[in-house]
Amino acid sequence: MPFDVYLNVAVAGILTGLVYGLMALGLSVIFGVVRVVNFAHGEMMTIAMYLAVVLFSHFHLDPLLMLVPIAAVLFAFGYALQAGLINPFITRPEHSQFLLLVALGLIIVNTLLIVFGPDAQSVQTSYAYDSFQIGLLIVDASKLYAGAAAILFTAALFAFFRLTLVGKAIRACADNYTGALVVGLDVKRLYALTFAVGAACVGAAGCIMTLIIDVTPMLGPTYTLLAFIIVIAGGLGSMPGALVGGILIGLTEAFAGILFTPSAKSMFAFAILVLVLLFRPQGILGKRVA
Amino acid sequence: MTALLSLQNVSKRFRGLVAVDQVSFDVPEGMIYAVIGPNGAGKTTLFNLIAGAMVPDAGSITFAGARIDCLSADAVCRRGLARTFQLVRPFPALTVEDNVVVGALLHRRDVASARERAHDLLRRLDLSDKRGQIAATLTLPDRKRLEVARALATEPKILLLDEVMAGLRPTETDRMVAILRELNRKSGLTILLIEHVMRAVMALASHVVVLDHGTMIAQGAPDVVVRDPAVVQSYLGAEAG
Amino acid sequence: MIASAIAWLDLSPRAMLFLVLLGAVLLIAPFIANDYLLTVLILILYFAYVGQAWNIMMGFAGQLSLGHALYVGLGAYVSAVLFTRYGVGPWIGVLPAMATAVTCGAAIGFLAFRFRVAGVYFAILTIAFAEFARIGFDHLDFVNASAGLFLPVAQYAHNDLWRLRGSPAMFYYVILAATVLALLICRLLLRSRIGYLWLAIREDEVAARAAGIATFRYKMYAVMISAAVTSFAGVFYAFFYNNLFPEQVFNISRSIEIILGTIIGGIGTLFGPILGAFVLTGLAEALNSAMGHFGLDLPGAKQVFYGICLLLVVMARPHGLWPWLAQRIGVAEPRK
Repeated sequence: MPFDVYLNVAVAGILTGLVYGLMALGLSVIFGVVRVVNFAHGEMMTIAMYLAVVLFSHFHLDPLLMLVPIAAVLFAFGYALQAGLINPFITRPEHSQFLLLVALGLIIVNTLLIVFGPDAQSVQTSYAYDSFQIGLLIVDASKLYAGAAAILFTAALFAFFRLTLVGKAIRACADNYTGALVVGLDVKRLYALTFAVGAACVGAAGCIMTLIIDVTPMLGPTYTLLAFIIVIAGGLGSMPGALVGGILIGLTEAFAGILFTPSAKSMFAFAILVLVLLFRPQGILGKRVA
Repeated sequence: MTALLSLQNVSKRFRGLVAVDQVSFDVPEGMIYAVIGPNGAGKTTLFNLIAGAMVPDAGSITFAGARIDCLSADAVCRRGLARTFQLVRPFPALTVEDNVVVGALLHRRDVASARERAHDLLRRLDLSDKRGQIAATLTLPDRKRLEVARALATEPKILLLDEVMAGLRPTETDRMVAILRELNRKSGLTILLIEHVMRAVMALASHVVVLDHGTMIAQGAPDVVVRDPAVVQSYLGAEAG
Repeated sequence: MIASAIAWLDLSPRAMLFLVLLGAVLLIAPFIANDYLLTVLILILYFAYVGQAWNIMMGFAGQLSLGHALYVGLGAYVSAVLFTRYGVGPWIGVLPAMATAVTCGAAIGFLAFRFRVAGVYFAILTIAFAEFARIGFDHLDFVNASAGLFLPVAQYAHNDLWRLRGSPAMFYYVILAATVLALLICRLLLRSRIGYLWLAIREDEVAARAAGIATFRYKMYAVMISAAVTSFAGVFYAFFYNNLFPEQVFNISRSIEIILGTIIGGIGTLFGPILGAFVLTGLAEALNSAMGHFGLDLPGAKQVFYGICLLLVVMARPHGLWPWLAQRIGVAEPRK
């Protein structure tokens, strides 16, 4: 295959990977601070995707414009979820928390199925079939906008954690839970905020994702798993790791799609998961803990 | 007198920090030895190295004539070296009796004979009347005794006890001392213990090894060692710091 | 003999009486139940069976598998391929089916336990392998890929137990026998040496190693035994439903369905998986028929119901319904 095909596939893979990275970032933030594995992560993303689809089909609101409002809705959802349902579970055994979120995921997927049916729904923007050509490179407009929006949102998130007081408090909480308690941080509220921030990430990612793919309820479990693979590959709890993992999986899927068959692309993501778990369990950018 | 357990220049570092530095000593069969030293002296790390929970960076550990420093914790136990944990960890949802049955099953195939052995040990450790209780509901002294019973159930040649007296009241300490001394006298069990409670050390140990900052600064008979200037200095220094 | 049976099962006479009554009702069920009810009972017993199989791994040995659909699927595909292509009957085919599932379980266990993949990571790994199989079988032409594998459905004049072709009543007795057998196996395992060692590993792996337990080996046994027992459910599935689609049998939803009854009934208990299957599948089917009565057809409603049940049980009865119920009706199973 000629070089320009590879180049185009690589760029498309990276752009999709940026959105994956944003999605996984949400999972990573939640796990890093709250220590809860959000097994309803992909399901929360499909909620955002359906919100974007409904807003577009009923009010012709472009998903890119709806990015912040949808992220805000998911933020509220995440806050309520942590404060109401998950906080009482933080001292329970790991599998107990896990099952709580499995239950939540099950409810979300099938409620969406009841409301929207099993068929794929999509957003048909005016630029859906546009593309840009720069030399050999041909990029879909949708993917380019998606990648750019993902970068912007990710940058805003990093700024939130580096610059704001709340962001710093959350990071302190992640580094040293007892210490955070000692200095008088309201840990339960910070947990709820963290879950909300993680949910906002996945909400934004879901909203952006509608530019690239169609949504079905069953995407939920698939993306939950994909988010886990990305976060484990990048390093659980590492924010840059989630981005690197996202791009890695985006590239893998893109190349698997043209070299093999698109429907088999997630097999390669699983292969990466297995390799990482076996040979670098702390992830690509993760720190090894004794 | 042959050494049952022998340490030769054993060292372990964590990220550049030396936890155990070139420690060597022998524990002869049938003796009770104690390892003492201020907090952070590397005592528990030393135990983890001996018991196979960690691998030493350098040096060798020989038990009953064979190297054990490359073996896993379970393999070390099967050779006849059993331990307790400083922060006790009985199997919480199992009954007291079943905790000990698990230990006794190491060298027994059928559950009935393991249960018999467990009954015997529970009696010896004054836990008989609590044997149907769930381990998680026990008080701390009982949990410590349960750990000793579980370790003994594996029929060890040597027993490693990590601060079994800590948190016990004086009468409870005396009882534990009596139990251990009886075990040593009746069945010739070798014991190596880490202990802060000097009362127990003086009453039990025939030989004391003193660690400070990972190095062995003294060893010998307990009444001699406690008067050693270096030992006094390390304890005073630790308290002053 | 009854006395020794009571002693062996650790049950009070009252519980034994209840069990005997339940057994009697289940034995004559095909003569009194209509076809629909019989199908529901088959479904309940099917979940009671796989729930017990999963319980061996999670409830006894503490290894959370969320990919048990893999072993069901392998059992189903191996026996179905042998039957449709080579005419090998299910009772012979079950052996290679089990061997395949055990081999896969052993491979996953080896990778995970050797490289210290534990807890939630282990759960993700099990899902990943099941998904891997789903996509793999979807592209495997030898098993008709996504087009699905079908077993010949002919009207049989009589029940052919050897080839598992026949009426629902026959399938009912097969799965009833399998469920009882699984209960006996679980009881045997839990009360034998391996059961104690598993419980120790489940409770505290570090302490278990310190007590001399070769945890790697016993965790491997747990995965392999659980996979073997689960794979028979696959054989049953293939011959009862007569069609296999990778998208269905290996789906992550199947893996979740397998574990729901056991969690709701009580992880690690002997009767929890059975109780859970009766409660969950029974209620879900009641819901289904109630909705059908009102002319509602909502695919997904059953799963939402499952989700709510799971949510409620995890929040209010984290040890499951059986330990709570057993205490209430005075048949307390010794807590494990």
